[in-house]
Amino acid sequence: MSGIDPITLAVLAGRMEQIADEMDATLFRSAFNPIIAEAHDASHGIYHASSGDTLVQGKSGLPIFVGVMSFAVQAVIEKAAADGDMTDGDIYIFNDAHIGGTHLSDMRLVRPFFRNGEIFCYLASVGHWHDVGGAVPGNYNPGATDAHQEAFILPPVRIARGGVLQQDIVDILMRNTRLPQSAMGDLNGQLGALDLGVKRLDALLDEYGGDTVQGALDALTDRAEALMRADLSALPDGRWEAEDFLDNDGITDTPLPIRVAVEVAGDRLHLDFTGTAPVTAGPVNIALPTAVASCYVAIKHIFPALPANAGVMRPIDITVPEGSLLSADFPAPVGGYTETILRMIDVIFSAMAKAAPERVPANAYGTINALSIAGKRANGAPWVMFSFYGGGHGGTSESDGLNHGNAPISTATIPPMEILEAAYPVVFRQWALRPDSAGAGQHRGGLGATYEIELLEETAEAFLFGERGRFAPQGAAGGATAALNAFAYQTDEGWKTPPLASKIRGIRLKRGQRVRLDTPGGGGFGPASERAPGYVARDVALGYVSDAEADAAYGSAWREAGQ
Amino acid sequence: MSRATVIGVDVGGTFTDVFVLDEATGKASIAKVPTTRPDQSGGFLNGISQQVDDLGKVAAVVHGTTAGTNALLERKGAKIGVITTQGLRDVLEMRRRDRPRTWGLRGDFTPVVPRDLRLEVPERTLADGTIETPVDLPAVEAAARQLLEQGCIAVAILFANAYANPENERRAVELVRGLWPNPHVSCSSEILPEIREFERFSTTALNAYLQPEVAGYLDRLASALNAGGFKGEFMIVQSNGGVMSTDTACRLPIRTALSGPAAGVIAAGHIAQAAGFTNVITGDVGGTSFDVSLITQGQTVLSPQTSIDFGMVIRQPMIEIATIGAGGGSIAWVDKGGLLNIGPESAGSDPGPVAYGGGNDRPTVTDANVVLGRIDPDNPIGGKLKRLDVEAAARAIDTHVGKPLGLETMAAAEAILKVANARMAGAIRLVSIERGFDPKRFAFMPFGGGGALHAGAMLAEVGLGRAIVPRYPGVTSALGCVIADMRQDFVQTLNAMADSVDTAALAQVMQDHVDAGQKTLAAAGTSFLSQDMVFELDMAYAGQTHTVSVPLEVTVTDGRVTPPTHAQIAAAFDATYTAAYGRLLPKGVRRLINLRTAVIGRRPRFDLMTLAPVATGSAEDALKGHRQVHFADAWAETAIYERLALPAGAVIPGPAILEQSDTTILVEPWLQATVDPFGNLILEPRP
Repeated sequence: MSGIDPITLAVLAGRMEQIADEMDATLFRSAFNPIIAEAHDASHGIYHASSGDTLVQGKSGLPIFVGVMSFAVQAVIEKAAADGDMTDGDIYIFNDAHIGGTHLSDMRLVRPFFRNGEIFCYLASVGHWHDVGGAVPGNYNPGATDAHQEAFILPPVRIARGGVLQQDIVDILMRNTRLPQSAMGDLNGQLGALDLGVKRLDALLDEYGGDTVQGALDALTDRAEALMRADLSALPDGRWEAEDFLDNDGITDTPLPIRVAVEVAGDRLHLDFTGTAPVTAGPVNIALPTAVASCYVAIKHIFPALPANAGVMRPIDITVPEGSLLSADFPAPVGGYTETILRMIDVIFSAMAKAAPERVPANAYGTINALSIAGKRANGAPWVMFSFYGGGHGGTSESDGLNHGNAPISTATIPPMEILEAAYPVVFRQWALRPDSAGAGQHRGGLGATYEIELLEETAEAFLFGERGRFAPQGAAGGATAALNAFAYQTDEGWKTPPLASKIRGIRLKRGQRVRLDTPGGGGFGPASERAPGYVARDVALGYVSDAEADAAYGSAWREAGQ
Repeated sequence: MSRATVIGVDVGGTFTDVFVLDEATGKASIAKVPTTRPDQSGGFLNGISQQVDDLGKVAAVVHGTTAGTNALLERKGAKIGVITTQGLRDVLEMRRRDRPRTWGLRGDFTPVVPRDLRLEVPERTLADGTIETPVDLPAVEAAARQLLEQGCIAVAILFANAYANPENERRAVELVRGLWPNPHVSCSSEILPEIREFERFSTTALNAYLQPEVAGYLDRLASALNAGGFKGEFMIVQSNGGVMSTDTACRLPIRTALSGPAAGVIAAGHIAQAAGFTNVITGDVGGTSFDVSLITQGQTVLSPQTSIDFGMVIRQPMIEIATIGAGGGSIAWVDKGGLLNIGPESAGSDPGPVAYGGGNDRPTVTDANVVLGRIDPDNPIGGKLKRLDVEAAARAIDTHVGKPLGLETMAAAEAILKVANARMAGAIRLVSIERGFDPKRFAFMPFGGGGALHAGAMLAEVGLGRAIVPRYPGVTSALGCVIADMRQDFVQTLNAMADSVDTAALAQVMQDHVDAGQKTLAAAGTSFLSQDMVFELDMAYAGQTHTVSVPLEVTVTDGRVTPPTHAQIAAAFDATYTAAYGRLLPKGVRRLINLRTAVIGRRPRFDLMTLAPVATGSAEDALKGHRQVHFADAWAETAIYERLALPAGAVIPGPAILEQSDTTILVEPWLQATVDPFGNLILEPRP
């Protein structure tokens, strides 16, 4: 550890976190696109000058980016080393997911921060743009079989040189999006966030001096490592395995295993994904940086007090087999990455729950359920209603799971039904909790939801990219699995379900016809036999659990119990 | 007999504060008495009677209350039921698909209305206001009777898209009011005719939840006042910083959610402005929290929505108060990584800091202040204890902070304050720097019991220009009650394009708001200096989700609204948007989402000079003695003054401590304190 005193360290830790938070806030306020402005699908941080490791990251950005951004910075460090002419005021931009992680919609900006003529650290900003070209507006193409069909691909290039914006690059970007106005707004917001970061960091360094701040950054990373090691040491040594499946890749209806073996040895942890399915034709692949970032998200949910910096990952080894869908090479499609990383988090939870059940929740609902309904109004104007839908969280050692929560990789809220009804020609016949959707247990899972949507215009088409239609969210510590995801749509011949369970393209809907999405609840925690009969009776009285399901899962003792 | 006395009453957890103003003579007096429980009207009347012998002479009693806040925080509202649109009974429980904390995936949520008391009826209004299915009144009646049978005291009627057309709700509420045995019937279009069903339903349900409790409480107070011969106006401070009649408060108790703190911020603004500071950051250090609020150009900042607890959303204009879990009772601890942390765990007021001897053995922020000599151990505030246990506080700091960090006791105590101050400073930065306000242009105003101990640190940490400590920091909220304006807020969702909106219809909505607001002002029986109407439009470009609040200049002549033109609306939006984001979008289509109207009756401001010091002697006359106080790394012989005995114009150089019955003011060695003509203390760096 460096010689910095613990008090200055605590003060500097707060100041630097605040710089990253302020960068987040700047982009959220100024972005034009609701995916950033409302869903906060963006992130900012401070990164190491030579390794690119995450030093400090904003608290309000999307959780999955904590961990993936260092790969973006590393890509820029390599590019700069190859070019050899990086100067103060340069800003790099790219969206290539195979080197920067996540998917092509995420535009990454990386800016070296110079102090006394040398690179002190990097600042970076990532945000999910509304549209970056490709075959499908919004870049959610469930039928894509390579990255070029998903979006236009930009490798790391300089959008600013020595403080001068490169209009040529801006022009190329704006010609390759269907929504240039939105893209320009987001780009300006990201540049503004980086400017603010530079200003704030300059002021901090002026006040405390470069050596002190550098010492603090090193110490904070060391401290995160020490905290992680302390947490790991508190776990029993041993090896635990877990397995789960993706339904299919959207093209062939074959289950895809995701496997992990978790090994705790003293103050170290090894996550080994050997046995996971190979790269697929459809877009449920992820690139290696995404896989590493997902491990970080899972670990941080299990140990929520850990700081958001690279020190946490030092005692953790990750093995991802080459050729697996968790380390897909360019140009394998990665547009559906959210489903795959949710399943990675699920298997890490399931394995870790065997080691430390009191620390780990049962599986959450485990699918993003990207549902879009699109058509034309009577006056010919096109409309697209695109949203992600919620489900239940897993039971924990302390309580039942949360009803209708957001996904572990996100903190986004759902748009209000009335906003959707005002903006699109639809009416929601149900926006409700889904009874019997939670896994039974001593602490049952939270409930999933039922959304039933009726079309008010002449015709429309519907698309769904979801999961958990064949394999339900798992329980922990003896808790039961939750209900499967279920999607149905009305036709002239009555209700139908998709052949690939939760993935379908181009369903034709007529006026008055409905689609219905029933999302999974969370897995149960602990044996159902240990749930107090009074709680079961209350669940039945409130309609969370039906009589029949209560009898089947918990026996009949609840019938004699008071609530 | 002229009734010319106005009384402000703030009922806190420990004390009931009373501020009495005789408007005829301009004379003010204060009283501080213990709060009585469970019936707070005892302390309420006791406090008033200490200063007023004839309630018949009192023109108005204005009350800042925490009854609503506490009922929400402690989940002690009434058993209520909900009648809602078919398919939507779970909206209250589903929230906006959020979670309590980003990391951990732990915690669940229990709505204030359980699922079996949320009943659905056939009815449906579409987003454009079309009634697709008229409300099934027999079903509404059956639902209401079922809820009564199940023991509900209040009921909320929550229909989809009722903001766009309230007809179905109106018919249902009319029927239910006809059969419900009490006035506790709320419906969403009356409480908040604004788009977003969860926020509207939640606000309305919480209103119903509070109604029996708050109405009962205010009724007890009103009865007690009347029994004492009171014939004046009894009014309540709202979360927006304005006051309302008791009738309105009983109908809309949700507007009292932040009543108490709002009164304090209003007073802070007035005191600071009188003293010549229009930009102020207030800081209230309580037992478990530090509450910060911003006043810029004399205006308090209102936020449109707040969440009292996870999932308990109230969408009403409220004075924006940022709260962090670092107060006097917050516990200092060292984590496994060797870092010193403050809070969020707190010893509160019971058991309280280690020095209180209440059984807590972990060190708090107050313990650090005690050990460093900043709080007089022989005269604890509140008068409950005879002496503070300095030795026990020192032992706790040694054990839990000193040893793990390898620090001596004094260094450990300094470290606790340094980290606590850094957290408080963070909260101040959050409301200032992060929003683009330069702290150098702001004065810090601490109020409450503990704030003035940390004022110097806030100046140093955040770079605030100076601090102003009001003459009676402990009764700031009660003073705020006396000076708050009367204010009614209205909202209506419009969902229209700015260049095609029906301006006559828009003007009619404005007119309805003005009429309702003026009617309330007229009924109040108080005189106003003036009446102001403030109109704002929530606007955005089509496709954008974040709106900007666009102030609209509208002429109101003799109570009649002149319709605004399309060009006026467009120009107002362009001006606001440019100020917020730098530049306009050339091809953007301007949308108009909500109209917000505030009708304000300006009440006379009393002259704060009436509180000014009468002392004419010198500062030496106020000197009580000296004591050793620890600063940075050494003890310093420090002068102790009786604060209220200091004359105007006195200048006290640091290090010094100024004591008064309800607070202790620390003047750090690098600061000086000047008594201004009003009796406020101005803390500034020494020349």
